[in-house]
Amino acid sequence: MRQLALALADGGVVAKRNLIKIKRVPEVLIWTTMSPIMFVLLFAYVFGSSIDIAGDTSYREYLIAGVFAQTVIFGSTFTGAGLAEDMTKGVIDRFRSLPMARSAVLVGRTASDVFYNSTSIVVMSITGLIVGWRIHTGVVEALGGFLLLLLFAYAFSWIMAFVGLKVGSVEMVNNASFMFIFPLTFIANTFVEVQRLPGPLETFGEWNPVSAVAQAVREAFGNTSNVAPDAWSLQNPILYSLIWVAIILAVFIPLSVRQYLKAAARQG
Amino acid sequence: MTDMIRTEGLVKRYGEVVALNGLDLTVPKGTILGLLGPNGAGKTTAVRILTTLLEPDAGTVEVAGLDVGREPHKVRERIGLSGQNAAVDEQLTGYENLDMVGRLYHLGKQQSRTRARELLQIFDLVEAGDRPVKTYSGGMRRRLDLAAALVANPEVIFLDEPTTGLDPRSRSQMWETIQDLVRGGATVLLTTQYMEEADRLADDIVVIDRGQEIAHGTADELKKQIGGERIETILVNADDLPPAQTILGGISVGDVVVDEQTRRLSAAVDGGVDALRQVLQRLADANIAVVDVGLHRPTLDDVFLSLTGHSAEEVAESPEKTDGKKRPERGKPREKEAVR
Repeated sequence: MRQLALALADGGVVAKRNLIKIKRVPEVLIWTTMSPIMFVLLFAYVFGSSIDIAGDTSYREYLIAGVFAQTVIFGSTFTGAGLAEDMTKGVIDRFRSLPMARSAVLVGRTASDVFYNSTSIVVMSITGLIVGWRIHTGVVEALGGFLLLLLFAYAFSWIMAFVGLKVGSVEMVNNASFMFIFPLTFIANTFVEVQRLPGPLETFGEWNPVSAVAQAVREAFGNTSNVAPDAWSLQNPILYSLIWVAIILAVFIPLSVRQYLKAAARQG
Repeated sequence: MTDMIRTEGLVKRYGEVVALNGLDLTVPKGTILGLLGPNGAGKTTAVRILTTLLEPDAGTVEVAGLDVGREPHKVRERIGLSGQNAAVDEQLTGYENLDMVGRLYHLGKQQSRTRARELLQIFDLVEAGDRPVKTYSGGMRRRLDLAAALVANPEVIFLDEPTTGLDPRSRSQMWETIQDLVRGGATVLLTTQYMEEADRLADDIVVIDRGQEIAHGTADELKKQIGGERIETILVNADDLPPAQTILGGISVGDVVVDEQTRRLSAAVDGGVDALRQVLQRLADANIAVVDVGLHRPTLDDVFLSLTGHSAEEVAESPEKTDGKKRPERGKPREKEAVR
């Protein structure tokens, strides 16, 4: 128990360091929040006019939850890039020679990235409200939706932590992550209804955890379309999303810690 | 006396390259061991193993009485490491760096803060303490890095080339700081390529090359190992060279080396100052005018040169390229510094 408390405290110290760094170089944060704004505007005004959603919900309202889900996943590449950058700096040797928890660098990084994601969610929400998105449910439900987004993003950032440590350079992280983030965020109900996807892509879209997250968030905001989903995953989106969160954390926390120790030792 | 550092038969390979090939080290409490060698000799590898950053392929490692392989976490609580590349965060201020390190040593919030301010004071960084480290000069970064190594008052301190790239003033400041540490009871392992540094600081010196010990002893012992003193003199007139050679030859215990170009004579002697006095007397009696005359004791540079056939401060000769193509030339070692 004391071990766990120390590990969390060490993670907190590293997270604080990361946040100080954001404060010193705020440009990074500003540019990161620009891209979700672009996505909202692009889909609302360019593609939005050619996409129809069944029922009374307007496409702009339907769209926002998709952009949210997509953005927090893109945001998780930050974790990978940040770690890859840390590994090239001498400060990692300092960390490794200190009697701190071996997981602290990773725990601290994934924790400070929750701040990134929270910021971009706020920015997106404001943009969404401007283009006509509204929450039709209560405060508790809406907060639940935001919480689920952050939780899923947190889990996903452990995947990116692993990728970042594995590939070892900031540029590589960005390239490598696009390879699987694109299909994951587009072959889903993020921007279109999965029923409209052709054959196998429809199945993939239904069972894609990103779809479940988007669906859960839509329900939380009252932005769902009228068509009831066929797949169990989309009928129980919160449960299905949480299962994925648990699986990702259980697999990628140990994997990433192991990779961190390996990557750090390689620098000898 | 207890040994604070002890290694036996340390071996580390990187693929084909053998970085360490059976290194034994012993450092008694309260002393400084100088680990001396050219770039690529294995100094940094040894430090990384001793500080738990790297696992050896073979051999035993003990630091502060603890087995490094078995209890790395406990070892980390008792050591401080200051590396070749200052391991501090650029974006953070000096104070924030030290405070963070204190927290990660689990000193607690209040003590970490107090200690950070205290170290800024000691290392003359009070004014710069609240500025981001990226605005610091090289010397300031090194001082901060050393300060970070000392946050938890470690018993054993590892300094990997602490003065490489520093200007002479910063270097001698660093030397004084290191001496103070040992006076305070710390045990230090110091790696360096500078003979002068080892000569000045180290109680004991281990010279390594290609991952192996090639000499071991105090600075004086190492110097004796390659022979005694020489008298060197430079004459005003080249015409005087033959008679001067005869005079030196009468006192020397070996050959007299004559360089006509520079009108320089050099002879190995036994009697030290007495021999010098005799030489001066006889040269004066023979009316031979001299520009310069002196008793030359071998420096550690000479030691290194004679032990390895190449100078310690010559450009990096990493183990990968030992095909003889890049045999460094001999001579003028001291001016050349490895700049990275």
